[in-house]
Amino acid sequence: MAARFLWASRVASHLRISIAQRGFASVVLKDLKYAESHEWVKIDGNKATFGITDHAQDHLGDVVYVELPDLGRSVSQGESFGAVESVKATSDINSPVSGKVVEVNEVLSESPGLVNTSPYEDGWIIKVELSDAEEAKKLMDSDKYSKFCEEEDAKH
Amino acid sequence: MVPFAGWSMPIQYKDSIIDSTVNCRVNGSLFDVAHMCGLSLKGKDCVPFLETLVVADVAGLAPGTGSLTVFTNEKGGAIDDSVITKVTDEHIYLVVNAGCRDKDLAHIEEHMKAFKSKGGDVSWHIHDERSLLALQGPLAAPVLQHLTKEDLSKLYFGQFQILDINGSTCFLTRTGYTGEDGFEISVPSEHAVDLAKAILEKSEGKVRLTGLGARDSLRLEAGLCLYGNDMEQHITPVEAGLTWAIGKRRRAEGGFLGADVILKQLQDGPTIRRVGFFSSGPPARSHSEVHDENGNKIGEITSGGFSPNLKKNVAMGYVKSGQHKNGTKVKILVRGKPYEGNITKMPFVATKYYKPS
Repeated sequence: MAARFLWASRVASHLRISIAQRGFASVVLKDLKYAESHEWVKIDGNKATFGITDHAQDHLGDVVYVELPDLGRSVSQGESFGAVESVKATSDINSPVSGKVVEVNEVLSESPGLVNTSPYEDGWIIKVELSDAEEAKKLMDSDKYSKFCEEEDAKH
Repeated sequence: MVPFAGWSMPIQYKDSIIDSTVNCRVNGSLFDVAHMCGLSLKGKDCVPFLETLVVADVAGLAPGTGSLTVFTNEKGGAIDDSVITKVTDEHIYLVVNAGCRDKDLAHIEEHMKAFKSKGGDVSWHIHDERSLLALQGPLAAPVLQHLTKEDLSKLYFGQFQILDINGSTCFLTRTGYTGEDGFEISVPSEHAVDLAKAILEKSEGKVRLTGLGARDSLRLEAGLCLYGNDMEQHITPVEAGLTWAIGKRRRAEGGFLGADVILKQLQDGPTIRRVGFFSSGPPARSHSEVHDENGNKIGEITSGGFSPNLKKNVAMGYVKSGQHKNGTKVKILVRGKPYEGNITKMPFVATKYYKPS
């Protein structure tokens, strides 16, 4: 746990955000948008990059396989396009926005563990060309997502 | 923490499942398996009694030795697997799965009543006053040796001793569920926490508390069945590849439930067999279909996952006899898509049981 806290503080200070001090809270980055199924998305003009959040990778455990979609495939907001497998479970990845897949992170085939160690950077999963820029408005910002995670964890 | 057979148990402690699985084979792991059910059968006739219910040659076991065995039903299927030890000719100690406790105890009790009504001398004691700890890995023996005066180098795989460990009387069996050298220690419950702490301290932090997630990865790497997945009521020990556990004398004489079915399978060969698989792509999991290279269904996976020590997918399952040879190329369906695989022998990771040279 100490090692993860160190990583989280490094990311936090790099991005100049604060992380909760009680126990260990997952890292939530301010400039990203979030879906209720725990995917993050970074929007850059009409391109979006996404992956799964720190909260998601922490609950999944060691990721051993990532099922990537084919290039050119369409994805729709809220629909599953692939899966992330950990030692103990398989979890669908849902697309936070609609669009066309233009790039997939091939590195994950060799190093699926990047999803755990760097969920927001090296562990990105796919990049799409947005089909509807308005859709992003339906997603949560970092504050809403942090609260959402707290509420979800409190239920367990 | 997750619910497991009526208990609340950790999937993992602080270490990740992968780290725990690797650490067990490099250093060692301590498992809290107090959920399992230990019992003793006593009496002049406890050996012939138990032989009516299991496939082992209990009479042939030397005192202080034990073995993995299977409790069978009338159809030769497995009610549970268990490690039994003949302590003396009038005392057998056995451990059964927590998930099968109610079923197993009801089964044993029913047969014990019938056996006693015919004049047999057998009684039982269920060891709810004791807790089971499993200590596995290369450091298991050196660490445990610090806590007992008995010379553990004389206790070989499958052997049993009642001895003082860390100040309390323990039942010690040199066995386990990981393929590594190690022990299962039955300790009076009020001393269990102290013993666990002592073990961890003596190892200077190298032996780590290990949860269910790694326990499953370890036993899978060792090619060991998980009752409820790889063995069930409708699967016989022959089909499960446990013919070695059926005592030679028992193969000739029978005398256990379902013996007619099992003896016939020994003669004609079973129609399905448990085998190991390697595969590419996502790990094959329970209920994944196994197809031959032409797409015909030949079997089903019963458990599988990613092997942290081999860094590849491993799985076990059942295929039609005739298709079960090592090297057979197969296709395994995961989420509807076929992935290349091949049949391989088990264990996937070589075992390190402590046996006399």
